[in-house]
Amino acid sequence: MVPLCRGLALALVLRIAGAVDWPYALGAGLALVAAGFVVRLRPRGKAPLEETLLARRAARLTDLTVEGLMAALPVPAVLLDPKLVVRTHNATAAALLPGLRRGEPLMLFLRAPEVVDVVRRALATNAHQVIDYQERVPVARWYSVDAVPVAVTSEARDGERPDYILIVLRDLTEERRLERLRADFVANASHELRTPLASVLGFIETIQGPARNDAAARERFLGIMLTQARRMSRLIDDLLSLSRVELNEHVRPTDTVDLVALIAQLRDTLGPGAAEQGVTIEVNAAEPALKVPGDQDELFRLFENLVQNAVKYGAEGKRVVVTLDSEGRDGRPTEAVVTVRDFGPGIPAEHLPRLTERFYRVDVASSRDKGGTGLGLALVKHIVNRHRGKLAIASPPGQGASFTVRLELAGAAEPVPPAGSEARGAA
Amino acid sequence: MTEHTVSAYENELKGLAQRVAEMGGLAEKQIVGSIDALIRNDHELAQQVRAADPQIDALQRQIEETGILIIAKRQPMAVDLREIVGALRIATDLERIADLAKSNAKRVLAINGAQQLPKVTGGFDAMARLAMERVKQVLDAYAQRDVAAALEVWGADGDIDALYNSLFRELLTYMLEDPRNIGPCTHLLFCAKNLERIGDHATNIAETIHYMVNGVALVDERPKLDTISMVPVA
Repeated sequence: MVPLCRGLALALVLRIAGAVDWPYALGAGLALVAAGFVVRLRPRGKAPLEETLLARRAARLTDLTVEGLMAALPVPAVLLDPKLVVRTHNATAAALLPGLRRGEPLMLFLRAPEVVDVVRRALATNAHQVIDYQERVPVARWYSVDAVPVAVTSEARDGERPDYILIVLRDLTEERRLERLRADFVANASHELRTPLASVLGFIETIQGPARNDAAARERFLGIMLTQARRMSRLIDDLLSLSRVELNEHVRPTDTVDLVALIAQLRDTLGPGAAEQGVTIEVNAAEPALKVPGDQDELFRLFENLVQNAVKYGAEGKRVVVTLDSEGRDGRPTEAVVTVRDFGPGIPAEHLPRLTERFYRVDVASSRDKGGTGLGLALVKHIVNRHRGKLAIASPPGQGASFTVRLELAGAAEPVPPAGSEARGAA
Repeated sequence: MTEHTVSAYENELKGLAQRVAEMGGLAEKQIVGSIDALIRNDHELAQQVRAADPQIDALQRQIEETGILIIAKRQPMAVDLREIVGALRIATDLERIADLAKSNAKRVLAINGAQQLPKVTGGFDAMARLAMERVKQVLDAYAQRDVAAALEVWGADGDIDALYNSLFRELLTYMLEDPRNIGPCTHLLFCAKNLERIGDHATNIAETIHYMVNGVALVDERPKLDTISMVPVA
């Protein structure tokens, strides 16, 4: 109807304006009416469905879009194709799985059978699957893995097979470590404290009872009780320190520590005590500075333990020598090497591999006499682990014992040319 | 057309590496299971480890068949041929590692919690950790084709041997103390020996990686522990 009116209106206007004669006005009007009908009746075809339009657009997702989305995810995530080859991943995933590369099978970087399993299940069932898995070495870590099917094309949305599988890793290490450390602490503490506590109780009962009037016995027993109580206190301290270090063992330290300065400080702190026992502490540093990524307090504790052990068990040799050096590949120094050497009786070979076990002692009696808790080297081991370093113990027969700690040098540190003889020897 | 053929070949090689990696993951899990079962005297876990072994054997056969098929079809040269031969060798070593873990799991039932002294369990724990570390390092080195990392494992075998000697001496003293200990201690001795063998297989894998990447076998003598008391403790 509307085109008809429009057409007639046009004809009227033209005639009234006197621009054209009637026949031409009518012709123009009719032309407009016809055009209107033509436009109206043009074949329109089916309107595209909302979903197919979306799907087509999705399939045109550029790589940049996928990369952008993956990078935005706050957790480690990897996108796999149905053949389990890595299509893409984000930076946190690459930090977690060293060497992670696009175009390679996931298994090359993440072998845990649980993960392979969960991905295959997600593929087969086209449903979200979850699983937990644990890494034991070099440091215990716990993860929860979500495998989620991703459908990008319409076939995948309707069908059984997803286009991709997205895996997301969640780090559960903090919580699990905390639980386990708490349990370990309680178990260790109760086990190790039982004996000294029993002996203290025994002495108290004796003093209250049979030895009540024996002043000499009382003095002696009180002395022994004091020693035992101090030992329990040291044990608790050591256990707490150990727990603290273990709690953070999976977190790499971020500060930078200069080992040369640290050892100098250590020598100043322990020197007087060692001198009382007739032992001198010598420090030989091949470089003026050796900077490593590390925690100042922990590294101090580490070398303090080693030097104190050397003074305690190597007192016969009269000297403890601490050597600092750097080693590297292809002329560039990559590692700081610190050796603590004593000249005492040394350690029999069969005990060497077990020394860093908790509460392992070569000679229980003499260790207790010297006030040892059996935890010093376990602490050293865990601190070395946290710093991703290496510890080596050597004790050739009759030549004392040497403990060598290797730590990665801070990448940013300039390779320092070896200092001349001025830097050598105890200052 | 040529592009399509080449990428199919590459996919076959990648598939082989993928299967070796998968087998490695399963072997690692078996070691963990066997040592946990031993330390906790967990019979159920021991049974699970035993039940999981056939899957690993099947994977090894698959890898062998696939490898031989690729050689027949593609007639590979140089580095590709070494890749396939390397994969076959490593699969054999991994199958042995899994077998040793299964053997340990079997003995858990026989030992049945005897000799649960902290010194013994501590020693086994330490030895198993070392073995697991070596296997992990060497499998990571395979995935990255990193010869330097493989050589580190190759050179460090001495520490597992040292621990084995230490455990050996300790178990002997228990056996001498009391004849009733001889049964379980002998089983434990075999378990310790198996862990030491796992370390040896890890070293073999390291040698194979060196061959795969460099094309020549590693002929140097491995540093033996007996003369030195140097013990790297991770």
